[in-house]
This record gives sequence, structure tokens and C-alpha cells, in this order.
Amino acid sequence: MEFLLSTAIGLLTAGGVYLVLRARTWPVVLGLALLSYATNLFLFATGRLVLNLPPVISPEAAAYTDPLPQALVLTAIVISFGMTAVIVVMALRSYLENGSDHVDGKQEDAA
Amino acid sequence: MNHWIIAPIVLPAIMAPILLMGARHDIVLARIFSIASTVALLGIALALTTMVSDGTILTYALGNWVAPFGIVLVADRLSVMMLVLTAALALAVLFFAIDGGDRDGRHFHALYQFQLMGINGAFLTGDFFNLFVFFEVLLIASYGLMVHGGGASRVKAGVQYVAINLVGSTLFLIAVGMIYSVTGTLNMADLAVKVPQIAAGDQALLQAGALLLLLVFCVKAALVPVHFWLPGTYANASAPVAALFAIMTKVGAYCVIRLYILAFGADAGAATWLAAPWLLPAALVTLSLGMLGVLAARRLGQLASFAVIGSMGLLLVGVALFTPVALSAALYYLLHSTLAGAVLFLIADLLARRRPGEDDALTVAPRFSQLSLLAGAFFVAAIAATGMPPLSGFIGKLLILDAALDNRQFALIWTLVLGTSLIAIIGFGRAGSTLFWKSTGQPGCFPAQAESNALALVAIGLLLAGNVGLTLFAGPLTSYLDATAEQIFSTQHYIEAVLGSTIPEGGKP
Repeated sequence: MEFLLSTAIGLLTAGGVYLVLRARTWPVVLGLALLSYATNLFLFATGRLVLNLPPVISPEAAAYTDPLPQALVLTAIVISFGMTAVIVVMALRSYLENGSDHVDGKQEDAA
Repeated sequence: MNHWIIAPIVLPAIMAPILLMGARHDIVLARIFSIASTVALLGIALALTTMVSDGTILTYALGNWVAPFGIVLVADRLSVMMLVLTAALALAVLFFAIDGGDRDGRHFHALYQFQLMGINGAFLTGDFFNLFVFFEVLLIASYGLMVHGGGASRVKAGVQYVAINLVGSTLFLIAVGMIYSVTGTLNMADLAVKVPQIAAGDQALLQAGALLLLLVFCVKAALVPVHFWLPGTYANASAPVAALFAIMTKVGAYCVIRLYILAFGADAGAATWLAAPWLLPAALVTLSLGMLGVLAARRLGQLASFAVIGSMGLLLVGVALFTPVALSAALYYLLHSTLAGAVLFLIADLLARRRPGEDDALTVAPRFSQLSLLAGAFFVAAIAATGMPPLSGFIGKLLILDAALDNRQFALIWTLVLGTSLIAIIGFGRAGSTLFWKSTGQPGCFPAQAESNALALVAIGLLLAGNVGLTLFAGPLTSYLDATAEQIFSTQHYIEAVLGSTIPEGGKP
């Protein structure tokens, strides 16, 4: 499971970094989304990986999983979702006002 | 428990929705509420100053949850001083904005209050996940403010600004996750207790996380090599926004001061003074590049942006020495450079409004109305920003140079600081003589302005008066800042104040 999760985080991060470095705003937005997914998975893993353990106190439980990273991930998901919406709108507005979706606002021949 | 600590966060948080919903259609009402809220913030910050001036550290446990588990707010001399600076700057900039700039787009005042809420929260929190949340609050508001007024180039710069800050937020989360996975805490005081006890095997993870966090703060503080976002953002934002953003770079500097002295400072075991070997070279390069940018700038707004970068470099040189004396000097320079940086953006905007077609480009153009008044304001601001006597920039620079004498690198620091001062003086001198001096001899005249911009000039006057005040009261101020620096370096005091009060008054553990 550790191998699966770490490769997933690694692949998402690699894809995200590649896309963020692209010259058009839409790939950049997708890259940021991938990076935020990778971050959420990573945050989730910081509480250590365990199976079938409850995060809140219950009388039957023998051990617990760390509930804090789950709360952090929840906060991070909300914020990154909202931020993705913001940058989509701003990228769209920039495309409409500049007539180009190049991140520097330059035309095709520059790339 | 002292409830005044949370007031600087709650007040704008309540005021912003009121402005958003109640005063949506009435700009006069919005202005009144916005000014009232900011004045109240200044009052609260000053009241908090009197409460912490004897050296007590006030803590506030949100929801009465005990310290390492719940979120705490901490008000000590440093955070309260930053609150006062924020409120004072915000008030002056607000005067400038209500002179007309706030009508260029909608919801300026609501976003402004949200911005203040985020900044105040970042200064007060004692928990670094909460710090992330307040960073997001201030960033979200700043995205809205950044594109206030619209326009193609501004929106384009806004997209770049949002993108770089989203990457920064991602790095912030990864760094927080790494530190949490090793130490199991998010509370800064608790972190300071845990860091020395970390096993050697986990040190790599801890230090990588801490340095990643430093990188994030350096992005906010616009330190080389992550400074590229600043000139585009500040030069393209509307003037009141750029002036308010002058405090945002200081949020980054504040976080460096707070975390890397408290948790990764003298008592951090294997991670002792973790930030020092990275911060000093980066700060020196930032200082040099910023001041060279001043020389190369083609517009007054750009020049002001690069002056901000250069001043952040000098400020962090003072921080990176990591001694109480140097920190006190850096804090003085922080106060000064915030006011001096902000006023330059305001002057650039008034200039651009008076020279249609030329804007704030550094070109010789015909005369315009109120030329001598703006020239005088620029002259004073330039003296402050370049650090020439008699104004506060000179005192700040002198204090930092004096504090650097004990450092092994002092020859390098002195050379760079004095060299860049000369470059900045040339840059500012050339800009001023082109814009004001040579323009007086030109034939013709730009059409006179219909409005006199009295309130905008009042705002500029207030900020310049702040600089003069910093100079006049440098004596009492430096003794206060010395005490502040001492308090930051006596980390045990901070830890006891936060974790010692784990049983709140009222009994419930």
C-alpha cells in the first residue's frame, strides 16, 4: 500500500509540475489541480497508513488512526477547490481581454 | 481570558459581509463603514500595545480548547507592533482609495476588510496550520483586489499572481505535512519543544520540511530567486492595492522571524539556526538585484516595485544575522520600508493620472498640474527610500550596518549595502530629475485635472509624516524594538506563555 500511495503521489506531482510549466493557462490550471490532489494525498499519508482503525474514540477500538491529517485534508480540499474556481475564471477573463491564453499574453509566434 | 486579542480578526470579518450586502449600492455608506472599521482596528491595536508593552505575552485559546490541541492566538510585542503598522498603513491607503479609486470596480471595501482580516490573523496566530488558513484568507482577498479596476494587462498579471501563489500554497501544505509527520504537532510553541527531541533518523524529513516552509515564506517576502512575481503584480495593480500589498511582503518576513527563531533557533538541537546559511546570501542577492532594478526601471511603478524588493533584501539581511541587536534594527527598517514603499506607489498613481498618454513612464513630458507638490512628495519619499539622512531610512540602514559588525561576513555586507545605496540614489535621482525637473522646462501643459485629489494628497502626507515620525521618535522606538527583539529571542518565555496556560480560566480542562 505504501508503494502504491507514494507512486500515485509522485506521478501526480510530476504531471502537475510538467503542466504548470506549460505556456498556456489551461494546462497550468490543470497542473495546479493535479498538484493539489498530490498534496491532499500526501497530507493524508502524514498520519501514517493504517487499515480499519477508527479516528474517533469508541469503546471497542484497540487503536486509532490519526484524525488530524483528515481534518487538514478537508480544509485543504475546500481551499484548493475554491482557488481552482478562481483561477479558471481569471484565466477565462484574461483570455477574453487579451485575445490569447498564453501566460505572458503573447501571440502564437512567440512560442 | 482577554477577548481583545481576537478583535482584530473578528471586526473585519463582520464588517466585510456588512459592506458586501448592506452597503453594496451606496459607495458613501461603504466608505464610512470601511473607514470606521479601520480606525477601530487602529484603536484596538494601540490598546493591545499598552497591554503587552510590559512584556507580557497574551494568549487566547479559541473555543477554550487547550493549547497544543486547540488553536491559540498569541499577542506579543512583535505581533502587536505588526498590527499597529497594518492598521496605520491601511487607514492612510484607504484615504487614498476613497478619493476615487474604489469606484473603478465593485466590492473594493469588502475585499479590503477581508484582506485586513487575513493579515491580522497571520500576525496573531500561534499555530502554523492556522497560519496557512489566514494566508489563504489574505491571498483570496488579494486576488480580488489585484484585479480591481480590470484591464487586460492587470488581469494577465493577476493570473500569474494567482498561479504562483497557488503553487506557494501547495508547497506550504507539503511542508506543514512533513513537519507534522515527524513532530506530530502544529502548534508553534509545541513545535519548539518537540524539535530538539527529534531522532537523528527523522532529522532529514524535519529539516527538508522546515526549509520548504522557508521557501514559501521567501516567496511571500519576494526574496531572490522567487521574487519574479512582485514587479509584475505591484506595477500592474491599482495604486491603493499596491500600497497595501507593501505589508504583504512583511507577512513573509514576520513568519521567518517568528518560526525560525522560536522553533529552529538556538535550542533546536541538530536543526539549530536552520535558516541562517540560506537566508543571508539570498537576502544579499535580493538587495543587489532590487536596487539594480531601481536603476533599470522605465516606469515609476516599476521603480517602486524594485525598491520594495531591495528593501526586503536589506530587511532580511538584518533578520538573517539572527542576533537581538540585528533583529531590532531589522524591525525598525521594516516599519520604515513599509511606509516608504507604499507612498511611492501612491505618488506614481497621482503622476499617471496627471499625464494622460505618458502615465508614470520615466519620460520628459510637458508640465502638469500640482507638479511642485508631487515633486516635493517624491523628493521626501526618495530620501526615505534610498536611506539618505536625515530620514528614517538612513537610521534603519545605519542600525543594520552597526549590527552587522559582529558578523564574519561584515565586509561583504557593508560593501553591498553601501554600494546598493549609491545605485538606488542614482536611480531615484534620475527618475526624479526626468519626471519633475526636466519637465518644468518643457513647452505646453497637460490639461488641468478637474479634481484636486485632496484626500489622496492627505494620504501621501500621512505616510510621509509617518516616516518623519519614525525619525523624530527613533530613540524611544529603538528601545521598544530592543525589548521586542529580546522577547523574540527568549523563546522559553513564549513557550511557557502558550503551553503553560493549558488550563484556561474557568476550570474546564
